[in-house]
Amino acid sequence: MIVRILGEGQYDVADSALDRLNELDAAVEAAVAAGDERAFAAALAQLLDGVRTAGVPHPVDAIDESDLILPAADASLAEVAEMLSEEGLIPG
Amino acid sequence: MSLMKRMSMIFKAKANKALDRAEDPREVLDYSYQKQLEMLQQVRRGVADVATSRKRVELQINQLKQQSDKLTSQAQQAISMNREDLAREALTRKSGLTAQINDLSAQHAQLQGEEEKLTLAQQRLQAKVESFRTRKETIKATYTAAEAQTRINEAVSGIGEEMGDIGLAMQRAEDKTQEMQARAGAVDELINSGALEDLTASPSDDISRQLEQLSSQNDVEAELAALKGQSAPQAISGAQQGQSGQAGQAESVVDAQSVEKEQQ
Repeated sequence: MIVRILGEGQYDVADSALDRLNELDAAVEAAVAAGDERAFAAALAQLLDGVRTAGVPHPVDAIDESDLILPAADASLAEVAEMLSEEGLIPG
Repeated sequence: MSLMKRMSMIFKAKANKALDRAEDPREVLDYSYQKQLEMLQQVRRGVADVATSRKRVELQINQLKQQSDKLTSQAQQAISMNREDLAREALTRKSGLTAQINDLSAQHAQLQGEEEKLTLAQQRLQAKVESFRTRKETIKATYTAAEAQTRINEAVSGIGEEMGDIGLAMQRAEDKTQEMQARAGAVDELINSGALEDLTASPSDDISRQLEQLSSQNDVEAELAALKGQSAPQAISGAQQGQSGQAGQAESVVDAQSVEKEQQ
């Protein structure tokens, strides 16, 4: 499965790693819901690290849609919340 | 629903809108390619903008550092002339500058990060655009409606996601650059208005002026002493004491000589 980290590119991640990533994702989700900036930053960093460790970079000249998309490493909680609530943040 | 899934759905919705717009699917290919080339141009400009901003901040940091070094040497000079009050003033001003320098340095690091990210993004997009162009021609050449539609959808959605990602990256870099430019502008204004300059670099600032006065007075004393064949300058010692505080007469002469040596 292909996972994109915004601002970084795509990774090929084995399906077997997905359970672990889902756990980490749930922590990020909870932090967003709670509006907890610090917990969010920590959980997001863990999730992105998980993707980078479990995955290998997808070939750069391949044009494939990602199955999952994640915020950039330095994204703020407000940014992510806005991205999820409106389509306006994503240009094009 | 998970964060990862929600974000990818939002991106997919965007890409699908682009596909729905065109009547002939092949038009989508050309239109999308056109957009990609435009975006590549924009990213290149973005990288150049960030670099310009970064260099400007570098210049400012250097300017402030020079001024800060000057204040340090003024403080040393003041101490050697027993003027702790002047030294204190110089160091106080220096600490204000140091805060500015630290602030600018932090933002400089941020800009550098954006520049690197954007450069990588440009390379990714470049690779994708080239491969899209090849794929576009292949799809057109083997055009049969049903099959082509699928492949066009794949290509356009895939590239659409990349464009969305890079568009976001550009926006963030632009925001940070603008923030930085506003700040750099404010520092420039400070420097131009003389607010910083007066404190430090200008020869007419009060610390420099007082130090100059002190040292020229000491020069006169030293030269007079030399003319009189090393005898202590009795007649003008009163005037000198007014300037150099409680220092004794013999000490003053030593001071004057050491200052003269320093200046050579």
